[in-house]
Amino acid sequence: MMDRRSFLRKLLSSLALSGGVLGGFLRILPAQALETAEPTGTLWGFGVSVDKCIGCARCVVACKAENDVPKEPFFYRTWVERYMIPKTGDAEVTNIHMGLSPDAEVPSKPIFRSFFVPKLCNQCAHPPCVQVCPVGATFTTEDGVVLVNEKTCIGCRYCIQACPYGARYLHPATSTADKCTFCYHRLQRDLLPACVEVCPTQARVIGDLNSAASPMTRFKRMNKIFVLKPNLNTEPKVLYANMDGEVR
Amino acid sequence: MDLPDRTSLVTFVRRIASAMKKPFSKMPEALARLLIVFAAVIGLTIVVVKFVIPPRFKDTRIQWAETTKQEAAKPVQYAGAVACTECHDEIVAEKKKGYHRDLSCETCHGPAKAHTEDPDNIKPPAPRDRKFCPVCHTFNPSRPRGFPMISPVAHNPMKACFTCHNPHDPKPPTAPRECSACHGEIARTLSVSHHVQLKCATCHNAPSRHRVAPRIVKPTKPSSRDFCGKCHGQESSYKGSPKIDLATHGEKYVCWQCHYPHLPEVE
Repeated sequence: MMDRRSFLRKLLSSLALSGGVLGGFLRILPAQALETAEPTGTLWGFGVSVDKCIGCARCVVACKAENDVPKEPFFYRTWVERYMIPKTGDAEVTNIHMGLSPDAEVPSKPIFRSFFVPKLCNQCAHPPCVQVCPVGATFTTEDGVVLVNEKTCIGCRYCIQACPYGARYLHPATSTADKCTFCYHRLQRDLLPACVEVCPTQARVIGDLNSAASPMTRFKRMNKIFVLKPNLNTEPKVLYANMDGEVR
Repeated sequence: MDLPDRTSLVTFVRRIASAMKKPFSKMPEALARLLIVFAAVIGLTIVVVKFVIPPRFKDTRIQWAETTKQEAAKPVQYAGAVACTECHDEIVAEKKKGYHRDLSCETCHGPAKAHTEDPDNIKPPAPRDRKFCPVCHTFNPSRPRGFPMISPVAHNPMKACFTCHNPHDPKPPTAPRECSACHGEIARTLSVSHHVQLKCATCHNAPSRHRVAPRIVKPTKPSSRDFCGKCHGQESSYKGSPKIDLATHGEKYVCWQCHYPHLPEVE
């Protein structure tokens, strides 16, 4: 039988040492509270209007010219998928590569509805590729773009496997991982990314997510916004407008 | 659990101290030398890691800052539409009025950064054959409805596009006379349907302005159920059409919200 004094002493000492009390104490420290202050600086975001895309693949061609992406056969920083949805059954998805061929692939079933979906690196706020890199060669810049350090990348392909959007590839010339950077070098010179520049129907938009007056803020206000694979909690910064639920 | 009092704690510490002394005094000389070698190697490693290896080999933050700088310094291929306006203001002004107003120059003319740096010797290409315009304007069912599309096989096959259309201000050379000139897909569907005998104007009222500004002035669609009822209502005198009771069939919907009038037999 325990007396009251020893019971209280044990209770208080175990409470003081437990993580809950320490954690709670740390949470109310002012330094911790400051971290969730108002965002400052640029945070790049990208918008894609699926219903505006005409599948001309000028973005793919421009991206390859601008960023020295190998022309052949299947290396892409951005690419366009053609969705063909039959009345019953799964959607057929094909990459239209550098442009639709005149005799574009004929679906195996009659099409019920069909559309194009441009894809690129989602520049996730919680990027799986950054988590898995064993040498810290891939990272997020202050303005929210995920970059790859070509000098320290060892070409292990782990990030290519980890990306849920298939946005990375191993560059055959450098043997390092490569991906869309939102044309970081163009953004720094106040130019639009090559794909946004050449898109004939303005299906692609780029802008500062933190700014009150930017094309992205307008894009977010005027459209119903979706992201790809929201269940993975990667929090993509590439937002899709008017996207079909079939899109994966 | 009883906490030891102060005197027993002091004796405990003393006992440990004496126990630590013993192994050093009784240690074989070979082992002591080995320990010195180990200590030297560990010390050397610490010195090398801390002072000899430059920080940019170890600190990822320095590496990342360098990568960001390097990425920002990469060369540009596309000059951007603003650069073109400086010299080609006439074409830009012409383009601003037409359907291609939102098109960037480099969409058709290709990357032109080199041209802006050496305008006399490096000229961006201008696509003049029939291969380039169909990249966007070939009919494809996946393209959004209303986008101008043609079949390159049937559409004036022997002529280059720019003989009839000015790419900086594209317009049909003459206003189309037939609806099927633009609405080919609907015309083809209609030709195999039961409604093949109906003229477009039977159901649609297309203002003449629709032919020159197709997306601004749009033709009408039947807006009442009575319109279809003229042939399909029970009291209609027209023979040879399926009849329904307008009062009970379809409730609040206009007919074309369920039945596709260009191919009504589709389920």
